[in-house]
Amino acid sequence: MEKIRVLIAKLGLDGHDRGAKIIARFLRDAGFEVIYTGLHRTPQEVARAVIDEDVDVLGISILSGAHIPLVPRVLDFTTQYGGDPNEIVVVVGGTIPTEDIPKLKACGVDAVFIPGTPISEIIKFIKQKVAEKRRDNL
Amino acid sequence: MNVQDFVEGIKRGDRRILAKAISFAENGHPIAKEILRQIYDKTGKAQVVGITGFPGTGKSTLVSKLVEEFRKRGKSVGVVAVDPSSPFTGGALLGDRLRLNGADVDKNLWTDERVFFRSMGSRGRLGGIAKKTGDVVKLLDAAGYDMILVETVGAGQGEIGILEVADTAIVVLMPEMGDDIQVNKAGILEIGDIFVINKSDLEGAENLERWLSFTLSLDSSDSAEKGSANAERWRKRVIKTVATRGEGIKELADAITEHFEFLKRSGTLEIKRAERTKMMALEIAMEEIRAEITKRCSNLLLDSKDPYTIAERILKDIIKI
Repeated sequence: MEKIRVLIAKLGLDGHDRGAKIIARFLRDAGFEVIYTGLHRTPQEVARAVIDEDVDVLGISILSGAHIPLVPRVLDFTTQYGGDPNEIVVVVGGTIPTEDIPKLKACGVDAVFIPGTPISEIIKFIKQKVAEKRRDNL
Repeated sequence: MNVQDFVEGIKRGDRRILAKAISFAENGHPIAKEILRQIYDKTGKAQVVGITGFPGTGKSTLVSKLVEEFRKRGKSVGVVAVDPSSPFTGGALLGDRLRLNGADVDKNLWTDERVFFRSMGSRGRLGGIAKKTGDVVKLLDAAGYDMILVETVGAGQGEIGILEVADTAIVVLMPEMGDDIQVNKAGILEIGDIFVINKSDLEGAENLERWLSFTLSLDSSDSAEKGSANAERWRKRVIKTVATRGEGIKELADAITEHFEFLKRSGTLEIKRAERTKMMALEIAMEEIRAEITKRCSNLLLDSKDPYTIAERILKDIIKI
């Protein structure tokens, strides 16, 4: 079984990364290889890292409220740089208002995890979805 | 995609194809061996620089500054940054990339077309690098990167795996890491071509520099007796840096370039690389042998309690040595 590689990204002016670090740690313990971008990345930077690191999963942690402009831009740049967002599992975590969740899903996000989501649920979702995408892209 | 698509993609510098090929190499996928075989004649141009040293000494920050400096000098740069995988879960937190400077500097290294950064888990291998780090270096080399920086797992005293891949080995130290006995222990300090005392604005930098220089002077007088009179020898350098402020980075980049010139001029490069090719070939063969033996011995008869007798029987009966 190939390792699952995950990029955990923080975008823009959002300065809170305790959640991202804790998630990174739990995903590590689930046996994943987790790359953390650090704070204040631009959509272009994250998209490039998605390509170069050849990750299976992009996890965007966002608490600043800027998810609607920023998340689609990351996916657009991923495509622009020659990647295929359909090949990767995209998950967003953080304080996302309920009414924004369909909007994010419409632009290619596979799941949105709001505060209080059990970590086991996140890990289960990632494992399942990665297996699906790997099957589809054989 | 077939082997040919990969080979052509790598040669024309397609990042996505390169990234996928690296994953195949990391996972030991059979297609990787064929890709590597076919791109091999494109390798050998890059200078491979290994950066090793104790955890927390600033290796990743130094790498970022070096990438920036070599980009200023017109070189394209590939980076392979290795971090430890958990021996218990196989998971890893790969935290070297986050030191790479982004939008807040003149040159955004994250989006620079001529920088390729790849994080790797050590995946069970000891010695500071992963089993497949050498293959990843070859892929970057074939893709045309001028400089390839390999950052090891934060290493202590005996992790010298970097010698398997690097032309130039840099050992990073910092003040207050121990006394002169630490500096004189065998292992990691024997492998450096260039020594960096990072965080040299901290107290104790001068002491460390003095001890290090003294120790290195003992090494060179010893090899002077053994070496032939004509052979040009590399004078090991000690360079003080404060990576966060960019101090000493130019001097370090100069020393790296000088070392490569020396390797080429003295013929050492050819010898070193031939030796590495041999080691790599042995490694590849051993891997197959190990897999074969494991397969043949899957129903191993435990006819004796001690492992020595069983091993002897494996060699005699099963492999016929």
